[in-house]
Amino acid sequence: MAAPSSSNWVMESAHDVPHVLAVDDNLIDRKLVEKLLRNSSCKVTTAENGPRALELLGLTSGGQNSMNGRSKVNLVITDYCMPGMTGYELLKKIKESSVMKEVPVVIMSSENIPTRINKCLEEGAQMFILKPLKQSDVKKLTCQLMN
Amino acid sequence: MDGLVQLQKQLVDYTASLFHEGFLDDQFNQLQQLQDESNPDFVVEVVTLFFEDAERLLNELTKTLGQPSTDFKKLDAHVHQLKGSSSSIGAHRVHRICISFRNSCEEQNVEGCLKNLQQVTHEYSLVKSKLETLFRMEQQILAAGG
Repeated sequence: MAAPSSSNWVMESAHDVPHVLAVDDNLIDRKLVEKLLRNSSCKVTTAENGPRALELLGLTSGGQNSMNGRSKVNLVITDYCMPGMTGYELLKKIKESSVMKEVPVVIMSSENIPTRINKCLEEGAQMFILKPLKQSDVKKLTCQLMN
Repeated sequence: MDGLVQLQKQLVDYTASLFHEGFLDDQFNQLQQLQDESNPDFVVEVVTLFFEDAERLLNELTKTLGQPSTDFKKLDAHVHQLKGSSSSIGAHRVHRICISFRNSCEEQNVEGCLKNLQQVTHEYSLVKSKLETLFRMEQQILAAGG
């Protein structure tokens, strides 16, 4: 797993429980990441593709945050390889937005490709995690998020 | 009481053999560790999803390879999905064949792909049968008061 950047992750939610948006086109992986995050006391929303994730984050042209600001997302965890919009492209869109650019984005991939990892980290990803995800990966992630 | 202990021992031995023979890997342990009182059927649920997903993908792969002109991109996309799912639940042998299958797609090798499809279909049916046996044994233990 690549090292996180030095910036602190600020808890912006009104509640102590982190709200994570998990994005993955694979149903089994979505179910797995959701359970892993719930086991680490996170509230989880899942999306099956980039455009849906952007919609949930309120970053589509309508500009309306469909979660009404009541439950702001503290972390986005996304698969890299997705049809249509890749996780990298989603990362870029989040980092380009004025509203969401401070939200940490974690990229997951089944492939350990250094150029891919570096590309994501350079674009501002907090972390790159290799699939399949394990409980220890998620615990590490959420511990850092809570500090 | 003795019957239950017997059943439990059989389950432990059977599970160990699945790992030993490479049908399952550590990721399956991860799934089992995620199961708790709030989600007592987690493993069965996820594995059932895998069965449904895998069968759909194997059908798609068969269809795609049955076309007069092979769409390798489409083939690769389906294998990628199957590779991911099998890896996530710890279906080690299925995952391994998918890696070879992706190479065949990349090389645009139809013969290779056909062989890989046969292999992955075979490995899938084996692991499915073994996991179903595992779940049946767990049910028997529960029924016997375990």
